[in-house]
Amino acid sequence: MNSIVALVLGGIFGGGLYYAGMTNPQKILNFLDLAGTWDPSLAFVMGGGIPVAAIGYYLLTKRESPVLFSDIQIPKFGEVDKPLVIGSGIFGIGWGIAGMCPGPAFAALLLEPQAIVGYLLALVLGSLAYERLHR
Amino acid sequence: MTEFTPILSLVGGILIGLSAAGGFFLFGRVIGMTGIMARTLSFDFGESAWRPMFLIGLIGVPAILSVIAPSPHGFEAPSLLALVIGGFLVGYGSRVGSGCTSGHGICGMSRLSKRSIVAVCVFMTTAFITVFVTRHVLGGAL
Repeated sequence: MNSIVALVLGGIFGGGLYYAGMTNPQKILNFLDLAGTWDPSLAFVMGGGIPVAAIGYYLLTKRESPVLFSDIQIPKFGEVDKPLVIGSGIFGIGWGIAGMCPGPAFAALLLEPQAIVGYLLALVLGSLAYERLHR
Repeated sequence: MTEFTPILSLVGGILIGLSAAGGFFLFGRVIGMTGIMARTLSFDFGESAWRPMFLIGLIGVPAILSVIAPSPHGFEAPSLLALVIGGFLVGYGSRVGSGCTSGHGICGMSRLSKRSIVAVCVFMTTAFITVFVTRHVLGGAL
């Protein structure tokens, strides 16, 4: 049951990214290009996604436990620290260079495999580099 | 140039939000791609195989949609060099910063997490600066 729900949630997420235009790196880069060919579409993705996600979170806070699992595994509200700021800064530089973040890369994998495979391999390498250096 | 698509992007955003809402309400988990990818890579499937199953849906459904109901957005990739450098920095930075556009941008922002709001402000700023530099200072050389 959990697996099927996860498959459906992943599918909805992927469909959302696909129709939002986030699977086209040019669309992300144009959102980030305030001084050039600015395309504000990505702001509408955030504007549509955040309030709907907030409803799901609000409903969860009204319950003892989630519907399908017995425990809640959501990070506690912590303080801002150096890794958060430095890591997010590096993430933003990579996002601005490639025009892709992890979700859309997976969503676009079968659409444009020849372009995406290189990105995904580098993404995995970056993730493994973190485990080597910081764990 | 890409066309401004407010309605389609809003609809896509709502779908992404629905998935994140489902992650909260049904699973009590954050739908964050950084975590889902890291846990899947380390074969840390824990209580169930929900993370790899999520990835399969994420990869498979856009491919099906592209055949039965294609989106008008198209695809225009940057150079392989940009994809590889960018991919590495995204992979490394998102692990150090404990999240990316989905975990911090959608899930964290939706519960007004201070850490996520700071993360989004930081990565938006460095991304805006990066694109300004690559497109307007280096003239799209990367």
